[in-house]
Amino acid sequence: MTVRHTDRQLSPRASTAAFAASAVNGLSRLLGRGSGTVIGGRAGLAVDPSLLAELARHRRVALVTGTNGKTTTTGMLVAALTDDGDGGGVATNQTGSNMPAGHVAALIGARHADTAVLEVDEGYLGRLIEEARPSVVVLLNLSRDQLDRIAEVRMLVDRWRLALATLGGSGADGAVPVVVANADDPMVAWAAMTAPDVRWVGAGQVWHEDAVGCPACGGRIVFDDDDDDDGGGGGWQCDRCDFARPERSAWLEERDLVLADGTRHPLAIGLPGQFNRANAVMVAVAAPAMPPRPGRPPITVDGALERLSRLGEVAGRFSTVHRHGRDVRLLLAKNPAGWTAIFDLLDESDPGSPVVLSVNARVADGYDPSWLWDVPFERLVGRTVVATGERCRDLAVRLRYAEVDHATVEDPLEALDAAAGAVGSGDGPAVAPPPVEFLGNYTAFATLRSRL
Amino acid sequence: MSPGSAGLRALTVVVVYPDLLGTYGDGGNGLILARRARWRGIDATLVQADSGHPLPRGDLYCLGGGEDGPQVRAAESLIAEGTLGRAVDDGAVVLAVCAGFQLVGRSFPDAGDHPHEGLGLLDVATRKGGPRRAVGELVADIDPGAPRGIDGRPLPRLTGFENHGGVTTLGPDARPLAHVVSGVGNGAGDGTEGAWSGRVVGTYLHGPVLARNVALADLLLGWALGDGADGLLTPLDDAEEDALRAERLAAVASNGAGGRSGRRSSRR
Repeated sequence: MTVRHTDRQLSPRASTAAFAASAVNGLSRLLGRGSGTVIGGRAGLAVDPSLLAELARHRRVALVTGTNGKTTTTGMLVAALTDDGDGGGVATNQTGSNMPAGHVAALIGARHADTAVLEVDEGYLGRLIEEARPSVVVLLNLSRDQLDRIAEVRMLVDRWRLALATLGGSGADGAVPVVVANADDPMVAWAAMTAPDVRWVGAGQVWHEDAVGCPACGGRIVFDDDDDDDGGGGGWQCDRCDFARPERSAWLEERDLVLADGTRHPLAIGLPGQFNRANAVMVAVAAPAMPPRPGRPPITVDGALERLSRLGEVAGRFSTVHRHGRDVRLLLAKNPAGWTAIFDLLDESDPGSPVVLSVNARVADGYDPSWLWDVPFERLVGRTVVATGERCRDLAVRLRYAEVDHATVEDPLEALDAAAGAVGSGDGPAVAPPPVEFLGNYTAFATLRSRL
Repeated sequence: MSPGSAGLRALTVVVVYPDLLGTYGDGGNGLILARRARWRGIDATLVQADSGHPLPRGDLYCLGGGEDGPQVRAAESLIAEGTLGRAVDDGAVVLAVCAGFQLVGRSFPDAGDHPHEGLGLLDVATRKGGPRRAVGELVADIDPGAPRGIDGRPLPRLTGFENHGGVTTLGPDARPLAHVVSGVGNGAGDGTEGAWSGRVVGTYLHGPVLARNVALADLLLGWALGDGADGLLTPLDDAEEDALRAERLAAVASNGAGGRSGRRSSRR
C-alpha cells in the first residue's frame, strides 16, 4: 500500500480547493491575523466540500475526542507515533482548531505526512469518521462543557453511538478500525459499545456527576468508590439493567499501566498529574493499534511510553515560563472535571505556590460561567489565590462562598505579579520561591500565553 | 424552622437531587443560602440530597437545572415519595430553577415532547418551545406584586443566564416573579420571567441566580426563619456580589439585546 500523499492523488477540484486554502492562509498571515489556519480551511471547504476526505485519503488517521485531555492526548499520540518523538511525518492540528476547517488546514500544512493525528471536537466525531476514515479512534471521557454551545451530554453520546456503529470495515485499507475507549466512563462505554473492535481501557474518571443516569434504561449508575485501586476498583454498574463496565484490556493503577496479561509498565511520563497518566495509558494502547509504516515493526506499549517520557509540554500546556525572576507554570482547564483534575495536580505541588485563577466567558469558553459553582474551590483554602480574567467577578463571588481568601485583579499579567509579590518578597532565607501556578480556562489561557 | 442548640436558630438547606438536577451550577444556590445564614450566626446545615435516597426534611429546598431524562426521573421520584410536597404544606421554602422550575409546576415536556406530570407546587405549565433554545443573559424587573425584600423595599431587578427550550404559562394561582427587560424568560408572550406562590419561587435564571441577586437569597432566608428574622438577617458586606451584578447589568445594557450567544432566540 502506498502511504505517500501527493497532489496527483487529489481531484482537480480538490487541488483547486487546497490551493485556495493555502492562498488564504498566506494572505491571512500577511495581514497579521494569526496563523489563519481556520480561515484557510474554511475557504478550501467552500471550494470543495469533499476536501477533507480527499486530503485524508491514503494516510493512516487517528482521531482523538472527549471533553477533557483532547489536545494533550493528541500531542502524546503524535509523539508516540514518530521515531524520535518529534512529530515528523505526522499531520496534526496542534492549535486547538478541532473542527473540519482546522483539520483541512492541518492536512494541507503537512501535505506529505503519511500519518494524521487529529483532535476532534466532540460534536464532529461523526463527520470525521465518515470523511477521514480513521484506523484508530480514541474516546477519552464525556462530561459537561459549554452547555450553551454543545448539546447536552446525553444528546452527544447518542450521536457518537450512531457514528461509531458505522465503523465496520471503514478503515483506510479496509481493516476494521480500532476504538480505544475509556471503560471507566459510562457515557463513553455506552457510545463505544456499538463499535466492532473496542480496546477497553481503565483510564479512570474522577467526574461522575454527568453519568449517574443509566443511558440504557434510565436506571441509576452505581460507582464502586474504591480509592486504593487494586485493578478491580472503580467499577460501575446500573442498578436496574445489566449495563456495567466492560472487561478491560488495560488499566491505570497508581503510576503503572497494567495489561490484562498481568504485565506492569511504569509510567515515567514527562507531563504532570494523574490525568496525564490516564491520557498516557490511552495513547499506549492506541499507538500499537495503528497500522505500522511500511517495512516497520508495530509500535510496542513500552516503545510508546518511552517516547512519552520525553514530552514536556503540549501546546504550551504544563509549560513553565519565567517572569521577573519567578517561575510561572501554565495550566489549562475548561470545565469542572478539568479544574478538579488540576486541583489534584496542585496537591502534588508546593502548597506555598500562589495560584492565579483566570476565567473568561467568550464563545470558545461558553458564555455562562455558572460551572464555577461545580468546581471544588474549597480545596484552595489556605493558599494565596488571585482571581483574574474577564469574568474575575464571577470567580471572586464563587471564592467568597468557598471561604477562600483572595485578591481580585482584572488584568492577568498584573494578577501574576500580585501573586508573585504576595509570597517570597519577605526577608526569609535566599531559597528560590515556589513557582506561581496559573490556571486559566480556554481563552484566558490563550490570552495570557500570547502576552507573556 | 427547627430549634437549634444553645439558643441558636437552626436551618436546614437541602439541595434536591444534585446528581439529576445539577447540570448548570445551580447547587451554588444552596451553598449561598447556607453561608449567608451562617455568616449571621445562624446554625445552617447544607444537605446534598442525591436521588435514590429518602429526601430529608428541610427548611429550604433548592432545585436546579438538568437534562430531559433526569428531569423526568426527578419528578417521578419526588411525586412518589411525597416529602417535598408535605414540606411545602408545612411552610418550607422552595427555590426551583429551570428544569426544577418546570417540574414543580403542573406539567412539563419529557424528552419525547409528551406532557409529564409535575409536582403541582406552582400553578404553571410548560410545553416545548420552538427549535431554538433561549440562551443568553437575562434581565428582568421584579413584578410589583412580588414579595418585598427584607429591607422592606421591592427587590432590585434580576440578572442571570437562561438556557432552556421551554415555554411556561402561568395559571391563575401563580404570580409572575418578574418582567423581562432583555432575554426570553417564560417565553409565553406575556413578557414574564419565573413565578411564585406562597413560599415557592421558580425562575429560569442560572448564574447561579442567588450569586447575582443576593436580595432574593435574603428574602428566602427571611421566609425560612419566620418571625424574628429581621433581627437575625443583619447586613453583610456584599461588595463582590454588587460588583458582579453591576458588571453583568452593564454588559447587557452595552450589548443591547446581546450579551447573548450565537444561538439567539427571538422573543416567543
